[in-house]
Amino acid sequence: MADNGELARHFERTIERDQRIEPRDWMPDGYRATMIRQIAQHAHSEIIGMQPEGGWITRAPSLRRKAILLAKVQDEAGHGLYLYAAAETLGADRTDLTERLISGAQKYSSIFNYPTLTYADVGVIGWLVDGAAICNQVPLCRSSYGPYARAMIRICKEESFHQRQGYELLMTMMRGTDAQREMVQDAVNRWWWPTLMMFGPPDAESRHTARSMAWKIKRHTNDELRQRFVDMTVPQAEALGVTLPDPQLRWNPERGHYDFGEVDWAEFKRVISGDGPCNAERIAVRRAAHEDGAWVREAAAAHAAKRARRSRHAKEAA
Amino acid sequence: MARDDLTADPTGTVGPTAAGAPAGTALDALAEDHGDARWAYGTGFHDPLAGLDTAVPDGVDGDVLAAYCLMLGDDALIMSHRLQEWCAHAPELEEEVALANIALDLLGQARLLLTRAGQADGTGRTEDDLAFLRDAGEFRNVRLVEAPRGDFAFCMVRLLVFATWRLALLDRLTASRDPVLAAAAAKGVKEVAYHRDHAAMWTIRLGDGTAESRRRMLAALDAVWPQVGELFTPHEVERRMAEAGLGVDPSTVRAEFDHVIADVLAEATLPVPDLAAPHEPGRGGRDGVHTAEFDALLAELQSVARAHPGATW
Repeated sequence: MADNGELARHFERTIERDQRIEPRDWMPDGYRATMIRQIAQHAHSEIIGMQPEGGWITRAPSLRRKAILLAKVQDEAGHGLYLYAAAETLGADRTDLTERLISGAQKYSSIFNYPTLTYADVGVIGWLVDGAAICNQVPLCRSSYGPYARAMIRICKEESFHQRQGYELLMTMMRGTDAQREMVQDAVNRWWWPTLMMFGPPDAESRHTARSMAWKIKRHTNDELRQRFVDMTVPQAEALGVTLPDPQLRWNPERGHYDFGEVDWAEFKRVISGDGPCNAERIAVRRAAHEDGAWVREAAAAHAAKRARRSRHAKEAA
Repeated sequence: MARDDLTADPTGTVGPTAAGAPAGTALDALAEDHGDARWAYGTGFHDPLAGLDTAVPDGVDGDVLAAYCLMLGDDALIMSHRLQEWCAHAPELEEEVALANIALDLLGQARLLLTRAGQADGTGRTEDDLAFLRDAGEFRNVRLVEAPRGDFAFCMVRLLVFATWRLALLDRLTASRDPVLAAAAAKGVKEVAYHRDHAAMWTIRLGDGTAESRRRMLAALDAVWPQVGELFTPHEVERRMAEAGLGVDPSTVRAEFDHVIADVLAEATLPVPDLAAPHEPGRGGRDGVHTAEFDALLAELQSVARAHPGATW
């Protein structure tokens, strides 16, 4: 048996060479805890993220849009499933993580604490929120933890599909009536700043960034990703014909990037700490689904146990 | 780089949903334009009947064919709606995926059948005209699909009844002289066979699970069974379609239904409820007579579409 020093050196070498850490490899406790926290938070975000758009499925204004939205929300449930499975490779337990979500001990993306007021919100969530998620997640396909990196490859493919669907909905609405164009602009006004918050606090205030970068759990800083998202989105907004609600937004030829205004970090902190418009509702819905489903899960377990007992008896009798 | 991440298609294929079914609807295999499918998801649905002979077959009136398509299409549309209501409320994540999958399959079947209805009666109404602009009295679905989603036991008992009945109908409908109905049925058979298996599996688990799950299943059987008689009461349109070799008389599938249900309930250690009181002809969903619960469902289904006349989505 190698001692811990040897194992730690092997871990560091694996990271340095850009190779993947796999579930059975030795890893520092801090790395394991950080990965579980990050993956669980991501899984929770997928599951809570079903709610803001899910409420519009039964009201979708065409059967084609209904099918698109239903398939998208189904994908989110699937993403949640494989992310919880990735967390379980680190020794976490899905039921335990769900308890942590509904007790408030673990967080999910604060973006899902904002309400969806019109059908245009469905398009804007696809375009901006999924777009921001892709910016955050594409680098995670190279995360040092193997199961997470592989899950992210599949998730990113599906997210990019969702983003295009969202943008296509907005394009269609912008070609519709004046009322529809107003709905789109209104939704952009409401979602733009919360979307920029999705990249997390400014680098100077980010508690986890430095170590996560060293461990190659994270590949870019919050501010780098935020800038990349703004640069990518401005031309898309122009093509769509909407105005992003930031008077300070302009191209800076010296930097080769768009300058943009300051995010309201006080609002970000309020929403993160539980005081956003929909925090209580989102958790209440998740808690009710979990608690209302308890009898179903218990029955499934009881039935499986009965089956196992019967097949044992049948074998003994034979 | 980020721009490329968005505009370049990483795979060039339409990604499967988590359950392994195509991300599109049941229509895609019949009608999808396979250009840049990932970008313009579902936009191939301009002519879902492309490649099929859409002329109304001999021996039947276009209005009768259309009315029949509405019956089967509305059943699927409204059942799908009740399953959509489970979104974010399912007892486990695997079930979120499964229920969404079933809802998507049924929605796909509805789209094809409604499109056929609007084409067959010569009005040129689209699937959306028919889904969003008809009033309750013009819908032709059976009343089984109207009740609110209930608990998971009710959901599974209703789905078992619905899928067992529909599978028996679609299986026979694959021999329809109408090529569109035959194609829709052939596609639907594969889907609904999975729905029936899924509901049967849960019926067995919950019937033979805990005392609580058994209690709920008995209550669900009590709630669902009064709606069963209607499923097998033929409407004049169904009778005429069956006589013309185009449709199925639902009274002919009762024996198969009873047989399947008896097997599943026996395995679930649940009693087969007594035969429902005979359904009173002329007073059911096929005649446009619906429950108050259906009015509320329809108000929700049509709310956005009706709030924005002239809008494009």
